[in-house]
Amino acid sequence: MSEQIVLEIKDVSKSFNDQIILDNINLKIKHGEFLTLLGPSGCGKTTLLRMISGFEEPSSGSIFIDGKDAKGLPPHERHVHTVFQSYALFPHMTVFDNVAFGLRCSNTPEKDVKPRVLEALRMVKLEHFGNRKPAQLSGGQQQRVAIARAVVNRPLVLLLDEPLSSLDYRLRKTMQMELRQLQRTLGITFIFVTHDQEEALSMSDRVVVMSDGSITQIGTPRQVYEEPSCLSVAKFIGEVNIFETTVSSINDDKITVDIEGMAHAYPNRHHFSIGDKALVLVRPEDVRIFDSKEVKETENMYRGIVEDFTYKGTTVDLLVRLDTGKVISTTEFFDEDDDSLVYTLGEKVWLHWVNGWEVVLPYEE
Amino acid sequence: MNNSKARIIDKLYLALIYLFFYLPISVLIFYSFNNSSYSLVWHGFTTNWYHNLFQDSNLWIAAAHSLLIGTLAATMATIIGTLAAVSLYRYRFMGKNFLNGMVFILIVTPDIVMGISLLLLFSIANMPLGFWSLLLAHITFCIPFVVVTVYSRISGMDKNIFEAAKDLGARESTIFRKITFPLLLPAIISGILLSFTLSFDDVMISYFVSGPGFEILPLKIYSMARLGVKPELNALCSVTFTLTLFLVILSQRFTRKSS
Repeated sequence: MSEQIVLEIKDVSKSFNDQIILDNINLKIKHGEFLTLLGPSGCGKTTLLRMISGFEEPSSGSIFIDGKDAKGLPPHERHVHTVFQSYALFPHMTVFDNVAFGLRCSNTPEKDVKPRVLEALRMVKLEHFGNRKPAQLSGGQQQRVAIARAVVNRPLVLLLDEPLSSLDYRLRKTMQMELRQLQRTLGITFIFVTHDQEEALSMSDRVVVMSDGSITQIGTPRQVYEEPSCLSVAKFIGEVNIFETTVSSINDDKITVDIEGMAHAYPNRHHFSIGDKALVLVRPEDVRIFDSKEVKETENMYRGIVEDFTYKGTTVDLLVRLDTGKVISTTEFFDEDDDSLVYTLGEKVWLHWVNGWEVVLPYEE
Repeated sequence: MNNSKARIIDKLYLALIYLFFYLPISVLIFYSFNNSSYSLVWHGFTTNWYHNLFQDSNLWIAAAHSLLIGTLAATMATIIGTLAAVSLYRYRFMGKNFLNGMVFILIVTPDIVMGISLLLLFSIANMPLGFWSLLLAHITFCIPFVVVTVYSRISGMDKNIFEAAKDLGARESTIFRKITFPLLLPAIISGILLSFTLSFDDVMISYFVSGPGFEILPLKIYSMARLGVKPELNALCSVTFTLTLFLVILSQRFTRKSS
């Protein structure tokens, strides 16, 4: 992937009626990248998208598209196109005319319109649907028409505003894969807005996690999941067990903390001093559970009782109450070692996790 | 058993309501074919009254005037009302909610208030009562109905459609021609038909703002009726009713097609 920057957002803030929607956003987007803006609804991600597309102007700061300041440029002069959440297809036009709309607006000669529209429709596998009206298509097909209509103009960047949220689970999975493939074939930069963390992790090159109008972390899906920069990112992306603790000693750049009655040592990445409060985060799938017959060496394990369990097909989710009273959620996968995973409520179990898979963060509320 | 009894009562109730609605009109149409000038007793079938009607040249002039006013008022009101509805929906501006509410107030304003206030306005402006005063009055009271019809259609549309068109490079004029107008056409047509119907049978407002030089059909009928209900009048009302019915059905057709 080339390191050419196609879009730069510099110190951008936006407020409506004295209410700050976006606060000092800085972001550089590389050419050909699949970038996801991830955050709960109301975090400002759609507003950011609308400023890139030109439907809103930033209150302060600038947006550079392909190196040029986009200030005051109307939507169609930005080489950026949007796929709307509601698809926004023109209901009175055929699929062909919908896709051809942008080309005709730019006065493309009619003899060039046809091959380009057909090519776009072929790309989304709808070449035989040109004569249909949008209402005669399924949700997934309408979605693909909306994409074809946006890419036919060969934009630099394609903005997708929660485009899959109105599709059912199975279709969404298929469309995720198709979108990813389409993006690779086209080589167009995609900026994808979603509040679905699973979708963000599985599709993107990079994820921008947003909350309350600011960016909380930018990174690859692996980085934001495995090394969340703060508690809100960790909580938003996936389930997490949170332990509050205090740094009891430091030696050789390692801190020692006490977690539910057991000492753990971690590298001192956040420059803690003795007595500082810290948070230790452990993902449920990193916790391993053993019943009392399976283990002999229980020295570095926690003891607890099963409070609740949920069978989910590929996994079994457990809630385990430790002797200290702390409740931990765990996810167990079926594998060759553990193909039954049968637990009863109130059963005594032992659990531990691999040292080093935790995330240690400075304390916050 | 109980269920079917209830169903019969339901139907009977509905039938009574419709009887109540349409009996007077049926009686009118029935007597317009009665071969007797005064009697309410059936004296045999005749089309004489219709015949007389079509030979009354004064009546024809009044009818032509009504058609002219109706067509012009409906067209103007629809153009103004459609643009108003589109702006109310698409643009954010000061006093938008106020204007929106004013439209509804105009619909429920009693005709007599409207008639007197228009008369007052025309006399302050020193405007002679006749064709122009009538036309202006009719355009005025038709506009709110067009706005409501068109607005209800446009507000059911996806707002993103306009943004998508803009995003794809359409100018405002292109958006109106290629997107807004074709999508609103059914509502615009029903707006025209509705306005025409309203204008064609308006008595109250027209009574205040018309002058002796320009007579229209509803007022003519009204003055004829004051001298006693003659069978010609029955015939005339039957014709008017049929025309109105036709327009309403046409307007319904377009509205239904749109949804």
